[in-house]
Amino acid sequence: MTPSAPLGLLAELTHRCPLACPYCSNPLALVDRNDELDTETWVRVFHEAAEMGVLQVHLSGGEPAARRDLTDLVAAAHDSGLYTNLITSAIGLDPQRLARLKAAGLDHVQLSIQDLDAASADRIAGYRGAHDRKLAFARAVTGLDLAFTLNAVVHRANIARVADFAELALTLGAGRVEIAHTQYYGWALRNRAALMPTRDQVTAAMETVERIRPLYANRLAIDLVTPDYYARRPKACMGGWARRTLNVTPAGRVLPCHAAETIPGLEFWSVRDHALADIWAMSPAFNAFRGTDWMQEPCRSCARRDLDFGGCRCQALAIAGDAAAIDPACELSPHHATLLAYAEQDSTPADFAYFHRGRAAPAPA
Amino acid sequence: MSNGADTSLPARPRLAPGVRLHFDKARNDWVLLAPERIIEIEGPAQEILRRCDGSRTLDQVIDELAALYTAERAIIAADVTDMLAELVAKRLLV
Repeated sequence: MTPSAPLGLLAELTHRCPLACPYCSNPLALVDRNDELDTETWVRVFHEAAEMGVLQVHLSGGEPAARRDLTDLVAAAHDSGLYTNLITSAIGLDPQRLARLKAAGLDHVQLSIQDLDAASADRIAGYRGAHDRKLAFARAVTGLDLAFTLNAVVHRANIARVADFAELALTLGAGRVEIAHTQYYGWALRNRAALMPTRDQVTAAMETVERIRPLYANRLAIDLVTPDYYARRPKACMGGWARRTLNVTPAGRVLPCHAAETIPGLEFWSVRDHALADIWAMSPAFNAFRGTDWMQEPCRSCARRDLDFGGCRCQALAIAGDAAAIDPACELSPHHATLLAYAEQDSTPADFAYFHRGRAAPAPA
Repeated sequence: MSNGADTSLPARPRLAPGVRLHFDKARNDWVLLAPERIIEIEGPAQEILRRCDGSRTLDQVIDELAALYTAERAIIAADVTDMLAELVAKRLLV
């Protein structure tokens, strides 16, 4: 049976990035510049994506502005009919370059922000001056009448300020703010002891979002990426494996999600060798956990299996040691208590240092 | 411009920045594409939305729809107003 077409494509144009955020969603093994897809291949990927039914492309990285051909890539995606969303740190995008991206058809900008205070924000990002440049960039975005989302990944160092992130988003002219609780894969998993908030902090942050949402009605959409270590039920990771979206890495490998390469034994196909539609329909990695046939108990007979799809495969692997197991974020998992114990242990206030991606490891505390 | 709880309709309605009307040929459907959102559009709604280009007044949009469907203007006006008010409340239309 042919699977229904995906709606979204995450194009990781490069893993290069001036920032070094400790929760970066890139894998621990970053793709080298020399292994990145060239312009022509990306252009072909965008055309193929639009043909197969993809509607939105998210141009991400690393920092997508590190690609000198970014304007050409936006133009190619736009000309294919795709809605183009740029996910950026702002570094490397001056107002002139941003104006060229808009002229090329850019539909929306998502800007990451690390904290409210520049010193703290720059410490998290591992880049002095980043925060002030982001604020200036936000003004350039709204000055061009571009739609704009502010994205804040929250963790122990900034979780107390979720309401301030929303207010900042409104002040900067964003239509939407994304409060994204850190998801513990890759760099964030390595930094878990430096990032994990306490249960009380998470509860307070969740209550704050519910409290302020109506206050911003009609002015600012507040979207939430929920925390799962203290959850009782898992998130519907990616809206279901191989169901709605696909990722293309800087090297051209096509993945069902950011972290899928952590699962051993999966065979990923590359856009260098195959058409995107064939990869979506036939590649072993996409079919490994598509649908519900792969499920074990208790997922297989669970009433929620078509709502949460058994949660996250990468988390099942990381915590339970089996990518086909129930996500340990679910309270029905035999590893649920282990997940909670990790969270409680790692949230214990102590001195901590970040492993910044792409940088030397910190000295022991 | 919409602000606060004010849902009065703009004089010359247009889709908000970052919102596009798009024909999804793979699924044979009109959709509104917005940041992290895809909204399916029913047939007649597409005729309304493609006229919300910031150049036509609300009255002109209603006139054109009434002519297109050879329907009573008052009925069309009510339908158009309801739909656009909902989109303004969702900040998809300004």
